[in-house]
Amino acid sequence: MSLTHPESATSSRADNPFAIPFDERVREALDNKSLKIAIDRTTNTARVKRAAAVASWPGFAQARDLGKRIKDHVISHLDHYLVEFEANAIRSGAKVHWASSSDEACAIVVDLCRKAGAKSVTRSKSMLGEEIGLPHALEEAGITRVETDLAEHIVQLAHDRPSHIIWPALHRTREEVAELFRTHHHRPQNSDDIESMVASAREELRGRFLAADVGISGANFLIADTGAICTVTNEGNAELTTTIPRVHIVTAGIEKLVPSMPHALVLLRLLVRSATGADLTQYTTFHCGPKRPGDRDGPEEFHIVLVDNGRTKMLGEGLEEMLRCLRCGACMNHCVVYRQIGGHAYGGAYPGPMGSVITPVLDGLDKAHDLPEACTLNGNCQAVCPVDIPLPTLLRGWREKSWREGLEPQVVRQSLGLWSFGARHPFLYRLGTAIAVRGMRLLAKQGWISSMPLASGWTRYRDFPKPAPRTFMEEWKQHQNKKARSQA
Amino acid sequence: MQAASPHNQHQDQASGTPKVGLFVTCLIDLVRPRIGFAAISLLEQAGCLVDVPQSQTCCGQPAYNSGDDNHARALARNVIAGFESFDYVVVPSGSCAGMIKKYPPLFQGDPAWQQRAEALAARTYELLSFLVDVRGFRPKGVTLHTSATYHDSCSGLRQLGVEAQPRALLASVEGLSLTPLPGHDICCGFGGTFCVKYPAISNAIVDEKARDIEDTKADLLLGGDLGCLLNMAGKLHRRGAATRTFHTAEILAGMGSGPAIGEEG
Ligand code: SF4
Repeated sequence: MSLTHPESATSSRADNPFAIPFDERVREALDNKSLKIAIDRTTNTARVKRAAAVASWPGFAQARDLGKRIKDHVISHLDHYLVEFEANAIRSGAKVHWASSSDEACAIVVDLCRKAGAKSVTRSKSMLGEEIGLPHALEEAGITRVETDLAEHIVQLAHDRPSHIIWPALHRTREEVAELFRTHHHRPQNSDDIESMVASAREELRGRFLAADVGISGANFLIADTGAICTVTNEGNAELTTTIPRVHIVTAGIEKLVPSMPHALVLLRLLVRSATGADLTQYTTFHCGPKRPGDRDGPEEFHIVLVDNGRTKMLGEGLEEMLRCLRCGACMNHCVVYRQIGGHAYGGAYPGPMGSVITPVLDGLDKAHDLPEACTLNGNCQAVCPVDIPLPTLLRGWREKSWREGLEPQVVRQSLGLWSFGARHPFLYRLGTAIAVRGMRLLAKQGWISSMPLASGWTRYRDFPKPAPRTFMEEWKQHQNKKARSQA
Repeated sequence: MQAASPHNQHQDQASGTPKVGLFVTCLIDLVRPRIGFAAISLLEQAGCLVDVPQSQTCCGQPAYNSGDDNHARALARNVIAGFESFDYVVVPSGSCAGMIKKYPPLFQGDPAWQQRAEALAARTYELLSFLVDVRGFRPKGVTLHTSATYHDSCSGLRQLGVEAQPRALLASVEGLSLTPLPGHDICCGFGGTFCVKYPAISNAIVDEKARDIEDTKADLLLGGDLGCLLNMAGKLHRRGAATRTFHTAEILAGMGSGPAIGEEG
C-alpha cells in the first residue's frame, strides 16, 4: 500500500537542490507569496512564544550556560560516552550499529527492514533521517514508508522536502494543506478547521500505523549511563512508531549523547522552550531496550544506529561548537534571511543559520559556499541559541575557507583586493574617495542617486543619497589649516 | 559580549582632558561628513581633546567579513599604528568599533602585534556608549520639536551593548518624542557587502523594516550606524515615504534642523 502522489512526482530538482544556483532558489522563494505568509505565521508565533517562555524563566541564563557545558563536556569525551552508551544499550537488550556515512546508515536500516521482512514501515520525523536521505533510501528499496508526523505526512503527499527542522511543512499555508488533503484523502474536511484536517489525516493513517512491521525513529538524547534513548514530539507519533511495530530502529547522531538523565532534562527544557515556547512537549518518551517478558507492549527487536556522517570531522575543523546543537530551530525562526527565503532555498537538509554551518560539512563547501555568505552577521541567531553556539563566527570561518580556496566569484575578490590596496595607501585612498564623491554627485537628481554603475545591487531596490561636495577628510584638513593660520 | 565598562583602565591616566582619536568610518568620510563633525562637537562638549589621524582609511571589515584575512590584517595594522597614541579611539559606528575589537585574533601567532591589537581594542568605544559610559555626558540646551523612532543596529546592540545609551542621550533633547519601533532590534538587511552580494534578499528584509518604520508615523528615523541608515533611508525614499533619517550624533549635536540624509544639495 502506498500513498498516492501528485502526478508531478519527484523531479530532479527535489533530488538535488544544489543543481539549481542559489540565486535562482532565492528568486523562486521570494516570488512565492504564499510561502512568505506561511513563514510569517509560524515563525512570528514561535518568536513571541519563545520570548515569553524565556522571560518567565528566571534561571534561563544559568540553564543555558549549564546546557552549553554539558554538551561541551560530552563532545570532548565523545569516545568515553559512546563506549559507555553502547555497553549499557547492549545490556538492555538493544542491538547497536555504527555508521560512518549516510550511505552506510541507510544500508543498515534497509537491511534491518529486509531482515524483518518489512513491507511497510512507519517513520517518526527525525532530522537525522532527512540528513542521511533515509526516506529516499527506503523508497528505492521498495519499502512503503508511512510518515506518522502530520507535517511529514504533508511533505510526503506533496512530494516536498521539509523546510524547517521543527515544522517540516512550515512552507505550506493551512489553505494549501487543505487543498492537498482534498485531493489525496478519502474523508473531506474543512480548510478553516484544523481539527477536522487533523482528524482527516488520522483516519487516513491510523490503519497504516497499526499495520507496519518496522518503526523508525530518531532520538533527541542518548543517555549513556542507562543506554536509553529519549524522543520528544507534540503529536505522540513517536509512540505510534516505537511501540506498535515488532521492530524498532533508532537512528541518531553521535552528538546526541548525554551522561545521564538529569543532564537530558536540563537540555530538554532548553530545547522545548527555545523551539515552541512550551514548558514541555506533550510527549516525552524514554525507551530502553526491547520488550521484556511480562511487558505489555514494546518492540521485540530494538536497534540503535549511531551515525557519524561528518561529525567527528567537525571536531578537528574548528566546528566542534556546532555539535552542541539541540535542533530547536530558534536560530531560523529569528533569522532575517530564513524569514524571507524559507528553508528550501538553503538546499541542504538543515536550513537557517545552523544549516548554513552544517550543510558545507555534509554536501561540500563547493556546493554550499553561498550559504555562509548569504548572512548579514547580525548575531541574533547566537543570541537566541539555547546553547550559545557562535554561529556568526562559524559562518565567518567558512567564508575564510572559501576565500582561501578561491570559491568566491572573481569580481568580488578583485574589487575587495582593489579596495584593500587603496585603503592601505592613505594618499591614494584620499584621492580615490575625493574623485568618487564627485563622480557620484554627477549621478544624483534632487539629492538622490537612483542608478549607479557597479552598484546596481543597491540601486535596483533603493536610492542612494547624494554625497556631500567634499569628503570629511578634505573638510577636516581645510578646517585644520584655517585653525593653524588663525593661530599663526 | 558585555556592554563597555564605565571603568576604563585608561581613565586615570586620561583624567583631565582625555585625548581621543576619532575614527571617522569610510561611509561617513564619503557620504555624510556632518556626522564626523557632530561627533567631534559632542566629544569636545564632553571634555575631550579630539584629533582625526590622517592615516586612517577603513577598519577592514569588508575584507574580514569576506574571509580575506590577509587584507583585513594589513588594514588592522594601519589602524593600530595610527591610533596607538590616543587614550581612546571613538567611532560613530558600532559596526566599525566592533571590528576594531575583533582585531586581536587576527594576529594569532604574532604576540607583538596581538598585544598592540588587544591594547587598542580595550580603549575603543562606540561614540554614544563612550559619551554615556565613560564621560557621563548628557547634551544641554538642545531642542528639536518632532517625533522620532529608533533602530538599533546589530553590531552595536549585540556586540557592544549599545541600547540604553542613545535613548538616555536623546531623552535630554527638549521637544523630541521617541516612538518605539516594533522590531527595533531586528537586522535591517544591510550587512555590509551582504546588501550588494544578495540584493534581492536584502531588499526583502529592508522592505519589511521600512514598512515598520512608516507604521510608527514618526517624522524621523534615528540610528547609530550610517550603513544601516543609508539602507533604510534609501528604501524609505524609494517607497516614497516622508520619514527623514539622521544619525543620532547629528541630533545630539544640535544639527537636527539641517538636511536629513538625501536632502543635501
Ligand atoms: S544552532 Fe542553536 S538555535 Fe539553532 S537549532 Fe541548534 S540549538 Fe537551536
